[in-house]
Amino acid sequence: MAARRWLARCVAAALAAAVRCNAGEPALGAQSQDALRSAGPQASQVLDLWLLTLGICTAVFAAILVAFVWALWRAPRASAGTPADTTGLTQVEHRPRRVVIVALGASTVLLFVLLVASVSTDRSLAQLVLRDAVHIEVTAHQWWWSARYDNEEAAKTFTVANELHIPVGRPVIMTLRSDDVIHSLWVPNLAGKKDLIPGRTATLTLRADRPGVYRGQCAEFCGAQHAWMAFLVHAEPAAQYEAWVARQREPAATPVAERALRGRQVFLQSTCVMCHAIGGSGAGGQRGPDLTHLAGRTTLAAGALANDAAHLAAWITDPSAFKPGTNMPGHVLPPDDLQALVAYLGTLE
Amino acid sequence: MNTTSEVDLTARNQVPPSEADRQALEATWRDPAGLVGWFSAINHKTIGVRFIVTAFGFFVAGGLLAAVMRLQLARPQNTLVGPDLYNQLFTMHGTTMMFLFAVPVMQAMATYLVPLMVGARSIAFPRMNAFAYWLYLFGGLMLYIAFALNIGPDAGWFTYVPLAGPDFSPGKRVDFWAQLITFTEFSGLLEAVIVITTVFKLRAVGMTLNRIPLFVWAMLVTAFMVMFAMPAVMLTSTALILDRLVGTHFFNPAEGGDALLWQHLFWFFGHPEVYFIFLPGLGFMSAIIPTFVRRPIFGYSAMVLALIATAFLSFGLWVHHMFATNLPELGKGFFTAMSLMIAIPSAVQIFCWIATLWTGRIHLKTPLLFVLAFFFILVLGGMTGLMLAMVPLDLQVHDTYFVVAHLHYVLIGGAVFPLLGAIYYWYPKITGRLMNETMGRWNFWLFFIGFNTAFFPMHLLGMKGMPRRVYTYPAGMGWDTMNLVATVGAVTIAVSMLLFVINVWRSLRHGQVAGDNPWGAGTLEWATSSPPPAANFDALPVVHGREPLWEAAPEPTQVRGMATGQREVLVTTVVDARPDHRSVFPDSSIWPFISAVATTVLFVGSIFTPWAVVWASVPVAIALTVWFWPRRGETEREMLLEKSP
Amino acid sequence: MTVEQALARAQQQVRQEGAALDVAELPSYGFSHRSILWWATAGMMAIEGTVFALAVAVYFYLRSHSATWPMSSLPPELRYGTANTLILLVSLLPNEWAKRAAEKEHVGHVRMALVICMLFSLAFLAVRWLEFTALNCRWDDNAYGSIVWMLMGLHTTHLLTDAYDSGVLTTLVFTQKMDGKRFVDVSESAMYWYFVVLTWLPLYAVVYWGPRFV
Repeated sequence: MAARRWLARCVAAALAAAVRCNAGEPALGAQSQDALRSAGPQASQVLDLWLLTLGICTAVFAAILVAFVWALWRAPRASAGTPADTTGLTQVEHRPRRVVIVALGASTVLLFVLLVASVSTDRSLAQLVLRDAVHIEVTAHQWWWSARYDNEEAAKTFTVANELHIPVGRPVIMTLRSDDVIHSLWVPNLAGKKDLIPGRTATLTLRADRPGVYRGQCAEFCGAQHAWMAFLVHAEPAAQYEAWVARQREPAATPVAERALRGRQVFLQSTCVMCHAIGGSGAGGQRGPDLTHLAGRTTLAAGALANDAAHLAAWITDPSAFKPGTNMPGHVLPPDDLQALVAYLGTLE
Repeated sequence: MNTTSEVDLTARNQVPPSEADRQALEATWRDPAGLVGWFSAINHKTIGVRFIVTAFGFFVAGGLLAAVMRLQLARPQNTLVGPDLYNQLFTMHGTTMMFLFAVPVMQAMATYLVPLMVGARSIAFPRMNAFAYWLYLFGGLMLYIAFALNIGPDAGWFTYVPLAGPDFSPGKRVDFWAQLITFTEFSGLLEAVIVITTVFKLRAVGMTLNRIPLFVWAMLVTAFMVMFAMPAVMLTSTALILDRLVGTHFFNPAEGGDALLWQHLFWFFGHPEVYFIFLPGLGFMSAIIPTFVRRPIFGYSAMVLALIATAFLSFGLWVHHMFATNLPELGKGFFTAMSLMIAIPSAVQIFCWIATLWTGRIHLKTPLLFVLAFFFILVLGGMTGLMLAMVPLDLQVHDTYFVVAHLHYVLIGGAVFPLLGAIYYWYPKITGRLMNETMGRWNFWLFFIGFNTAFFPMHLLGMKGMPRRVYTYPAGMGWDTMNLVATVGAVTIAVSMLLFVINVWRSLRHGQVAGDNPWGAGTLEWATSSPPPAANFDALPVVHGREPLWEAAPEPTQVRGMATGQREVLVTTVVDARPDHRSVFPDSSIWPFISAVATTVLFVGSIFTPWAVVWASVPVAIALTVWFWPRRGETEREMLLEKSP
Repeated sequence: MTVEQALARAQQQVRQEGAALDVAELPSYGFSHRSILWWATAGMMAIEGTVFALAVAVYFYLRSHSATWPMSSLPPELRYGTANTLILLVSLLPNEWAKRAAEKEHVGHVRMALVICMLFSLAFLAVRWLEFTALNCRWDDNAYGSIVWMLMGLHTTHLLTDAYDSGVLTTLVFTQKMDGKRFVDVSESAMYWYFVVLTWLPLYAVVYWGPRFV
């Protein structure tokens, strides 16, 4: 028994080492978490404002620099012994005064332009048409996201973790809450961020107009693993989205293959059920991500790891090897059990 | 203090001051010798130098912390530093730079320079000044000892609750942060009262309010801001300690508290705080530019009004740190307007300086170089500040590297560059020798290039999605190269700072001897020797204009009849600086130091138990009582000079 | 003689002789805002006043977030708080006496007035203790309890330090020679005492009447 335990640990360690070398989720590409690539009206209105502001600020900056450099360049040279010119102390200097006043006037006008542009963008953002919206209630935890898709019919609500799917072209209303500390939900390609504050409920509205996978990340320091609290938003055409929703609403199918069945047993008999829920299996833990359709996700551990068997096995064995400080304890399982469990989890599409 | 019978306790100075006057003043005002004497020193110049050196020590420490952070972030998924240490690193870096360097160094410069610039023998309340210094030093040491023991704070320099509360930050880490606030804010508040009193009541005869140097105005306005803003952070950090230590519920939503209460109170302080750092920087600009452009600043009144306007407006901006919360949108719009509006007084300053440069004659030396960098770096930072003021833009770049870029551009461009210029400028006054000009230029260019290399890419990093306060990031996000470039910039900055330190050190012995006024400047501190005598001036000056050394001075020019055998100071009226009365100031004393030690025991003890507040206040009370209790013979000596109103 | 009169008199004592401005005949102390100690005291008042104002703002902020106030207890009992308010207000009489005696430089009156002030200190500290027992809440009950105890704690800290400070000063005026500076100390200490008493009035209103009306 002890020898098997020891062997299990070695295998786990080797797996972890191998995986760590290649750790990291599948690279979605450099533009999947990018405020300069807008995929919806919220982000693109902000981008428009950004470009206007950048233009004005660059012009002003250039003007100041030119005046400054020119002043330096044309001024005669002096030394410490050059007598100081104190005429300014007794006489009004008319020309510089006029220039400064005009410059100040121009600056004030431009500031006012920025103010108007900002307020008007604020209003446009608030006027997103919300008819036929998808309602998602997002709750942030240290260091993962849970999301409940609401519906008037209670039976049609379902819960996912860390990866959202939204339909292209339909607005999404997210109600934001936090289970523990302040987090911030930010998916730059789609919208600005909003904080999730314990004791308060916030709202974020957005719409994706282009299909794609957009990465978001927690943007308020929330403790040890703030750096690895990401999430994915899959924006897809209506038909695909509805198919996904339908699948999410179903409980997990009882597996057919023997190994997977055995894995289910391992799951139900270990401490996994204290934190995790798998619909239809009887496991209803609420402290960790819902695993009912785990295999349908592209990443694990809030975007930290790619979702494949090797990573999953290593994660289960020792989560703190990848996310030191994480709340999930390690589970050193005999290798057969581990493989069975991973196989079972792989059936949860 | 002179207690020997040779000293004439009633002697008074002549005009022009005689050799006997000079020697008597030196003996009266200098610091005592020996080890006990070192701890008893209260001369504002001695304390000022210690204060400046200590602040720069913390600057180097904070910089080294940042260097480690940059090395960790140079490559994606780097394993140099794990999350626990990294979170301590960025917390310590921010806390050090904001609370232990940027604000104190400005107060330190004021401590040294303001009495000289206003023509006084001493700063007001010299013992309290010393006490404030020791308290600041002990607070900083406490923090670093905690860090060295791996119990340094790790919830960020602004320590948001509930993360920093008892539930999610167990142990003593955050308590050390909260108590550091108590130390530094107590010290800062005392300094503010000292500066205001010095500027209002100890100015040279004839130095009316509209004749004081712009640097002194900047420190005066800053001191007022400090008095009204620091209480907010004192109150909120106390509430945090209470929540953590004795179970209060200020920030606990489950029992009626509110997480945003912390943010409101903290930022009500935090926004003015950056102006505590920026305004003195503006003061340095206005002190250095005239000297190297051979004319006074254009638009003195506008400059003063701009300082005051900035100070007032800075209290109305704080919610711009909270735009991502669920506060009402209309309210946020108000703060956008205010945050944009504060650009106007800053613009006044910038345009007036450019007008000064335009109509002056340039003497390009290292102090001016550092000051000129402001126009590039601070102005760029100001532009990104305007962007951050606009709610929709802020919602994309808030809490990303864009903000990191902005804050470093404004703080380093607006305060650190002018500060370094100020060191190069006043070093000859403080030490009697000039810093090396060639090394100064290398220092400057390496810093300028290194700074922009380190921080400019961060604007783009933020726009491209990289949040701040992350100990690592995934590969393939498009962030790798920019992070590497930023790290190279950080290393360059470190090299430039090394040059600075070497220059400071070497010039102490090998720098060119400076003389009274090597730069040909116009303000009063250059009217005395370099370094100044213990009593600052042999005879107190009488002032008739804004640039006393540049303008012809009618008579009277000097004050006669001040005591030379006791520490007598001339108190003048607030607005017109007419002579009011003579006041005898205290002798050197070790009790400020001892009181600071006792207060440290009180503050550190109360991290561990609330009862420390009770039992540790006994030694504090004793120390303060002995401090204020008159020494034997002290009253008799003072009464030799007594004259009733 | 008012402060302005004293100041005008001082100006006349300064003589100019050529390049020298002779100040040897100037007085060696001055009362009220002429004294730098006044400025230190005024600074303290500005700082502590801001602390109190912010704490009151916190009280109302937390109030606005709660459906009921007090959250789960009775309001503080009125008798001790009101009694202490009266004691504090009456203590302003010997306090004003001490101030005027100091400005007239009358040692005997200064001593008597300060002793009476000390007796008042003992009284209001004792009643303050009783107030704490009758607040009807604990600091760790909820946010209401926390802010009430904080307001009371902040003010009590001032009472304690002011009482100690005055105690030391009272001892000094009996044991040391009274020079001009010491009279100024007494005068400034009286100003601070005013501050401690007058800031109590809005705090009293907030702590004792806030939960009854607001």
